[in-house]
Amino acid sequence: MKIHKYDTIIVGAGGAGMRAAIESSKNSRTAVLTKLYPTRSHTGAAQGGMAAALANVEEDNWEWHTFDTIKGGDYLVDQDAAEILAKEAIDSVLDLEKMGLPFNRTPDGTIDQRRFGGHSRNHGEAPVRRSCYAADRTGHMILQTLYQNCVKQGVEFYNEFYVLDLLLTEKDGVRRTAGVVAYDLASGEIQVFRAKSVVFASGGNGKFFKVSSNAHTLTGDGQAAALRRGLPLEDMEFFQFHPTGIWKMGILLTEGARGEGGILRNRDGERFMETYAPVMKDLASRDVVSRAIYTEIREGRGCGADKDHVFLDLTHLPPEQLDAKLPDITEFARTYLGIEPYTDPIPIQPTAHYAMGGIPTNVEGEVLSDNTTPVPGLYAAGEVACVSVHGANRLGTNSLLDINVFGRRAGIAAAEYAGGAEFVELPEDPTRFVEDEVENLRDATGTERVVDIRRALQQTMDKNVMVFRSEQTLKEAVEQIGDLRKRYKNISVQDKGKRFNTDLLEALELGNLLDLAEVTAVSALARKESRGGHYREDFPDRDDVNFMRHTMAFREVGDDGTESIRLDYKPVVQTRYQPMERKY
Amino acid sequence: MSSAVMDKAEAEAKQPASHLITATFRIRRFNPEVSEEASWEDFQLEIDPKERVLDALHQIKWEIDGTLTFRRSCAHGICGSDAMRINGRNRLACKTLIKDLNPDQPITVEAIKGLTLLKDLVVDMEPFFQAYRDVMPFLVTSGNEPTRERLQSAEDRERFDDTTKCILCAACTSSCPVFWNDGQYFGPAAIVNAHRFIFDSRDEAGEQRLEILNDKDGVWRCRTVFNCTEACPRGIEVTKAIQEVKRALITRRF
Ligand SMILES: Cc1cc2nc3c(=O)[nH]c(=O)nc-3n(C[C@H](O)[C@H](O)[C@H](O)COP(=O)(O)OP(=O)(O)OC[C@H]3O[C@@H](n4cnc5c(N)ncnc54)[C@H](O)[C@@H]3O)c2cc1C
Ligand code: FES
Repeated sequence: MKIHKYDTIIVGAGGAGMRAAIESSKNSRTAVLTKLYPTRSHTGAAQGGMAAALANVEEDNWEWHTFDTIKGGDYLVDQDAAEILAKEAIDSVLDLEKMGLPFNRTPDGTIDQRRFGGHSRNHGEAPVRRSCYAADRTGHMILQTLYQNCVKQGVEFYNEFYVLDLLLTEKDGVRRTAGVVAYDLASGEIQVFRAKSVVFASGGNGKFFKVSSNAHTLTGDGQAAALRRGLPLEDMEFFQFHPTGIWKMGILLTEGARGEGGILRNRDGERFMETYAPVMKDLASRDVVSRAIYTEIREGRGCGADKDHVFLDLTHLPPEQLDAKLPDITEFARTYLGIEPYTDPIPIQPTAHYAMGGIPTNVEGEVLSDNTTPVPGLYAAGEVACVSVHGANRLGTNSLLDINVFGRRAGIAAAEYAGGAEFVELPEDPTRFVEDEVENLRDATGTERVVDIRRALQQTMDKNVMVFRSEQTLKEAVEQIGDLRKRYKNISVQDKGKRFNTDLLEALELGNLLDLAEVTAVSALARKESRGGHYREDFPDRDDVNFMRHTMAFREVGDDGTESIRLDYKPVVQTRYQPMERKY
Repeated sequence: MSSAVMDKAEAEAKQPASHLITATFRIRRFNPEVSEEASWEDFQLEIDPKERVLDALHQIKWEIDGTLTFRRSCAHGICGSDAMRINGRNRLACKTLIKDLNPDQPITVEAIKGLTLLKDLVVDMEPFFQAYRDVMPFLVTSGNEPTRERLQSAEDRERFDDTTKCILCAACTSSCPVFWNDGQYFGPAAIVNAHRFIFDSRDEAGEQRLEILNDKDGVWRCRTVFNCTEACPRGIEVTKAIQEVKRALITRRF
């Protein structure tokens, strides 16, 4: 068994992981383990922009940004974290520019900014230009720029290494970070990486929905590993459905399209958002727009033979503006739909997009084992984590911001911790769990196929845990997921080899998705209110008396081996903003 | 009220539901754990021609033969994982629709050329990334950092816009006959990424990068075959970028 030793290990090379690595590798011997080549990470798919109150094109300030973030998150946001996010946004964007990021420019040569959903002037007066962008390729540019700077700094990467387990060792009554276990895709070898500090930056878990903007590889491996090791997951019931995915495919068309003036229309050509959000209209927050779209569809005003989608209309915008500001998404419409956006509206439907919940951390990026206690040496940042700056609903452009602000913070903190800590002993037989999983799968002769279980999981999630939920749909989901978990025990894979066995890894990824889907549905069932991205038809109002609190879900294994999910709750940090009704 | 919307709504309502066709995918298989020899294998699928080649590969892997191995992630042409040779041309499987490939004939799918084949459609990407790292693909500046952003005019920003689009998929480099013959050649993708910084008004290491590309394995090896430009799934004018680098080497102006 190969055992590597580093001061700091970073799991994931998306925006959060590489931003962390740029900091930690300055002061701590660091390696980044990533299941994809760094530039393949899904941060590269982000289009619209990164929020920061630079005030380059109109009056703006970080306090307005803080307020919008908290209101957008339907007051489930921890307000101290949101304040840090908005304040540090400005340096975060400037840092990226200095690292070389090619932002679009104003006529003065400063970074250009545009409108985005939920970002407003003076606490909701009117939309404000706060999103810093590079055409509709902002995520691509961030990912490239961060990788370029990792190359410049000589950061060490282990590419196509799948982290499958987190190692914690108990010492003086406290569980401490000892390292991770990884599977090398090329060789099929299982290896141990000892480290004083570990940063999880392994991204989201949106692949448990069928219609999704997420990459095939976004399977929540980090969240699932933490959960298995007894750590809680926070607010998993809050999942964002982005209003404009390409019909049936889910490929994202950025909100920047509406920021540039795009309009949503129903089958009668009506600009229906005027009814649902008189002030912000098409730029109301995402949960509001997604529900509006589904309401139109349910009431028979959807488009197409099955009335199952609406249109994103860009035809009134000048072709030059589309070419300059939205070149990629207009090309998606041409490539995948054969539609010319200059002249034809684009069929869209809401698409599963972003996990607001995740591994709980404090503002230093330290992972919490309960409501307040950090796990020594363990950090998380980016979509895998929940700080919580997004609360019940993330504002567009706040995630690229989150990965930079909290990726940086986690990197600094992890290096600092490693500087003053000793290596912790490895637990006994550290690869046991992963070896069992891998060997069992290779030897399995079960009759179930990965594809069938994954498809059934995605179907039940799309049907029952999407934009509209109720006790009935959520109970159905919990039950079906339970059945699927049983069936999963009886799967087998066809590829029994060692080399590049993606068949095997897809099976392991499916196991993670099942675990996380269950937590999501169970957490949603218990939250008997509607807030942000979580909408219960049987409890359509927000209930601050009973539910102004974060969900903390733990996995428990009984003496007889039965597994269950235990829910606990954590108070929301409120500083200066009193909860108000959310109107756009 | 937008009449385009109304027209479209009507047209859509009349559209027939998608129909399935039978298509043959002829895939170059290789698994050294089984055999040292690569060989072709045919798979017949019932599939909607509006689907992507990636969807077909998934259908094979998930429903027929789990050992079929390829890389992929985003599924919409952004991450650069799935460059492969499809009907003899380098493309991204996720950006190629079956209907555009003349599906009456068998559709051939094989790994990109010039990089060591590891399994089925998976090649060793390390030499490709090494060439990229060798051209100093990062912004170099001197002096004190400004407190705010560096200024750059919209025109100066536009100057290198095309080459910022690269997703490092290797479709260009692995379509280049010079690279096939001699893997030491930096290849188009590395030159594109050097171009991205040489022509960035904020950067100060253009001379150094040009010297690197002036090397015997550098930009002069390019014979302007244009395969790379044709292969680029991002529509980058790769050959033009290489020509601009050559010109900069001669004039030392950029
Ligand atoms: C289409 C799309 C458009 C978006 N547009 C915007 C936008 O305009 N503005 C905005 O603010 N946000 C946007 N978002 C959201 C934002 O892009 C993401 O939330 C953010 O980029 C996530 O970054 P990350 O670093 O946390 O994860 P990722 O970029 O997903 O990276 C995850 C990393 O973890 C690695 N990894 C995963 N599992 C393992 C494992 N088991 N072992 C080892 N490594 C592992 C992967 O290899 C990868 O390197 C968008 C999202 C999507 C999907
Ligand atoms: S899968 Fe990402 S480019 Fe094709």
